[in-house]
Amino acid sequence: MNIQSTIEKKLLEHFQPAYLEVVNESGQHNVPMGAETHFKVVLVSPSFKGERLINRHRAVNAILRDELANHIHALALHTYTDSEWEGLYGCSPNSPACLGGMKRQAS
Amino acid sequence: MHWGRPLKKGTIGPTFRLTVQQEAFTVETLDKIKQQIAENPILIYMKGSPKLPSCGFSAQASQALMACGEQFAYVDILQNPDIRATLPGFANWPTFPQLWVEGELVGGCDIVLEMFQQGELQPLIKEAAARAKAAKGEASE
Repeated sequence: MNIQSTIEKKLLEHFQPAYLEVVNESGQHNVPMGAETHFKVVLVSPSFKGERLINRHRAVNAILRDELANHIHALALHTYTDSEWEGLYGCSPNSPACLGGMKRQAS
Repeated sequence: MHWGRPLKKGTIGPTFRLTVQQEAFTVETLDKIKQQIAENPILIYMKGSPKLPSCGFSAQASQALMACGEQFAYVDILQNPDIRATLPGFANWPTFPQLWVEGELVGGCDIVLEMFQQGELQPLIKEAAARAKAAKGEASE
């Protein structure tokens, strides 16, 4: 199973999301064709109610621990409760443009 | 505009090979991190510098921090592979940037930006800076 499907499967199983979007944004970065290194996740789940952002992100990071350790270089994370998500009218923030960090570290 | 100031103490030069990362987890590094976090009330660990960031996420987070109008410290983790290897475990946070305020992890880029947009970041930074100034004033009296 590819990384994207693994991320989707794990998040679906664990968070029972009302909305889940996993976008492979690796193509915007300095990586080979077909790479699975940079992802954006939009996750709307009732389990986030009353939780601070840092705890929501830590919960997601814990579920994706293996992927983060071995495959994912960047993970943009946007976590909402149902009512927060309704207030956004389905618009999640865009990820920033690449500034070549991976290239710098490789050289 | 207040640019961050780099932390010079214990900086490892760019010639330090990244391959050392795996073995770089040391007690010395952990102590260095703890000291940086304790001594700098507003501290961002990032890729590159606020003036010349090497990653879009680090750029956005440091821009939001600069927009708060207070002085802050930064550590370029691309220049400090030992910190890069050790901090995620200590922080229970896998990625960079990381914003630390008064010894606590606030979050990464997405959290910093969301707090900034919600108007929550500026008061947090302003209050931390004010407390640091007050503490410094008391210490010098």
